[in-house]
Amino acid sequence: MLITFVVYVENKPGVLTRVASLFRRRAFNIDSLTVGRTEKPEVSRMTITVDADQDQARRIEASLYKLVNVLLVENLTNQRAIVRDLAMIKVAAKHEERSHLLQLVGVFRARVVDVAPESLTIEITGAEAKIDGLLEALRPYGVLEMVRTGIVAMRRGNKSPAAGPPMGELAEMAPDANNDDPQSV
Amino acid sequence: MRWTPKGWTDFGTEYRKAPAVLLVEMLFLRVFLPKEAFVDPSLPDRAVSFCPCAAVVVASPGSPETALGGIRFSLGNASRKYEKEVKRMLKTGAEILWECLGREGVEHVFGYPGGAILPVYDALKHSKIHHVLVRHEQGATHMADGYARASGRVGVAIATSGPGATNMVTGIATAMLDSSSIVCITGQVGSKLIGSDAFQEADITGVTLPITKHNYLVTHANELARTLREAFYVARTGRTGPVLVDITKDAQQSSCEFDWEAAKPQLLGYRPDLSPTPQEYAQALKLVQDAKRPVILAGHGILLSGAMQEVRELVERTGIPVTLTLLGLGAFPASHPLNLGMMGMHGEAWVNHAIQEADLLLALGMRFDDRVTGNLKTYAPQAKKVQVDIDPTEINKNVKVDVALIGDLREILRELLLRIEPIDCSKWRGYIDRLKGDSAVRDIQNLPDSGHLYAAHVINDLWRETRGGNVVVVTDVGQHQMWEAQYFKHEEPRSLITSGGLGTMGFALPAAIGVKVARPEAEVWVVVGGGGFQMTMAELATLVQEGLKIHIAIINNGYLGMVRQWQEFFYERNYQSTPLLSPDFAKLAEAYGIRSTAVTQRSQVVPAVRSAREHDGPVLIDFRVEQEDSVYPMVAAGAALHEMIRRPNPIVESAEDE
Repeated sequence: MLITFVVYVENKPGVLTRVASLFRRRAFNIDSLTVGRTEKPEVSRMTITVDADQDQARRIEASLYKLVNVLLVENLTNQRAIVRDLAMIKVAAKHEERSHLLQLVGVFRARVVDVAPESLTIEITGAEAKIDGLLEALRPYGVLEMVRTGIVAMRRGNKSPAAGPPMGELAEMAPDANNDDPQSV
Repeated sequence: MRWTPKGWTDFGTEYRKAPAVLLVEMLFLRVFLPKEAFVDPSLPDRAVSFCPCAAVVVASPGSPETALGGIRFSLGNASRKYEKEVKRMLKTGAEILWECLGREGVEHVFGYPGGAILPVYDALKHSKIHHVLVRHEQGATHMADGYARASGRVGVAIATSGPGATNMVTGIATAMLDSSSIVCITGQVGSKLIGSDAFQEADITGVTLPITKHNYLVTHANELARTLREAFYVARTGRTGPVLVDITKDAQQSSCEFDWEAAKPQLLGYRPDLSPTPQEYAQALKLVQDAKRPVILAGHGILLSGAMQEVRELVERTGIPVTLTLLGLGAFPASHPLNLGMMGMHGEAWVNHAIQEADLLLALGMRFDDRVTGNLKTYAPQAKKVQVDIDPTEINKNVKVDVALIGDLREILRELLLRIEPIDCSKWRGYIDRLKGDSAVRDIQNLPDSGHLYAAHVINDLWRETRGGNVVVVTDVGQHQMWEAQYFKHEEPRSLITSGGLGTMGFALPAAIGVKVARPEAEVWVVVGGGGFQMTMAELATLVQEGLKIHIAIINNGYLGMVRQWQEFFYERNYQSTPLLSPDFAKLAEAYGIRSTAVTQRSQVVPAVRSAREHDGPVLIDFRVEQEDSVYPMVAAGAALHEMIRRPNPIVESAEDE
């Protein structure tokens, strides 16, 4: 099954490589991975989907936590979450087909973002299934080019680990290195 | 230096407040104090360097800064020298590095200089740290590793950029798989040159990413103190492991203020101090108390956590028999009546049978490596499993466990010991005893001398001769390693240093140097095969240069013995590329000024060992043992743990294995 993780990481060089390398090294197959900024400049947020079973998911979570730069991992699989993918689809559009295409765009609540003599570029945001649906509907017209961002996800409701207690408390939870005798293991 | 208006304000407003007072001070200083009072370069601190006039400064109504202003103003020449002093308060990256190592408690480092690390080597003159010059950077990492394993402290290895750094890779991976706390410091080309394929540039943080616990690239001197503190902190906490710090040459050369306190590690995402919930403790306790046929699997984690006493208490309180992993040897005394011996691929038959028939496995600081489990599908099928480990990623990795207690082993055992009750498993222990058979015959010393020299005899004699002493055996990888594990009885923790997880040939000699440096009072024996020894024997020169008394026992059978054994068992005796030509090790040792002997008869073993121990200096003994001898029992890779290849020949057989 597809597992969706939201991973908060320190915004430092090389962190993406560490996360990607972890999946490669432990032989897990990443389905999609997106990275971006968060409301805090020092924190980046990744949404990772990976094909794994529940046991493997727990091990991935533990392995992610083992990376020093990983702050927090949320497994959003089977949680109430908003999941969004964004696609831009360039579709061949002959003059007589345009009205059909525009109807389709309307039905899927997508938008036309570029119009050229022989083509239209459509932007659509939504769950992956919805984008797949539009794509299938557009195929008969001739899809010239497509790009998708991969999904981003966020838990529904008030609970927000990044802003709420867990991350705020991280600083306090972090062990006090000064109280640690340098030579005791 | 001219007294600019800006200079005035440098010293604050108080100066302007009390010009009259200062004028008096200046005159006083100028008249009465010798110039030399202001230019003592060995005293970097501002207040201290002005010791002779401290009384004046303290007595003055302004701040010390105010008085300084006066001094600068009045003593033109001296103040120019003082400017140099101010610069001295700044430290270069290289100086900060040694300062930080010193403050982390480092006394010895193992390294090899080169272009991109030269500023660091130049600054070594200010440090009390002893530097051991190695002959190959791989040796430096193994030495740091041996140092860490023998002492429980952090070992430090240093190398230059490019080839120096990449030569460390094997040693870092060795430390990673055996959770050894080392910090590797590498030089890197200047930060402006990174990515340009500059001379001796290698992306070593990229290369070592999957084989370090964590690694860093430092491009500014002002990041260095914090990074090094973090590196040591990460290396020695949680599940210990190797950390690499790659430092660009410009970061070593440039200067910045050094503030140890402000450089405290800030690792928000690093949580090494996990502990189990009360429910998990309760579940584990219930499983242990309900067990009828329990076995403790004791691993390396016991040594790393320092839980030897707690394990012993647990065993003696409950009466549960103990088996050890290769790296766990020494964590529980070999002579203890409840110690069954080593488990796994070359473990004793009764140990593996006991594990297969157990109804509870209590795994303490061990990770169910494939070399101890055999085929996972048939591994201990009736047993409930309780795993105590500090690393959450080890839980359910190979073997699915019923209860996991994640955290520091020593603390968890202390918690369990508060509530644990004795278990009646005397029937079970009696059953295992019967599996053992006639253990008196096991004593291979009682077997008649057939004229052959077997490695098992060599190792058993070595053990008899040195028992009771402060002895550390450092082994390489292969047949001799397994014979050592079987026939050398380890009573003390950290008395066997060996590469288990990665199985690194060439580990023994350099690791032994690290062990001896960490524990100079210990008697260190290298037990090594002819193949592994030739991989890193260049370190003989290091050993001699450092004047270390280390004894080297080469178990020389003319083959890459373990590979030959596999070829014998699984590849129809096709001895492809395993017959091994070796130099005359005695002459080789002589070239290094090391005393040496060759032993071909069993009767010569004890005299050779005794004479080596009496000699004041290193000794190499070339034990020319039986060529086609094999390690038994053996669980073939992928076979079930109880399906062992047993000893076929009564000469090297111990009867209880039949």
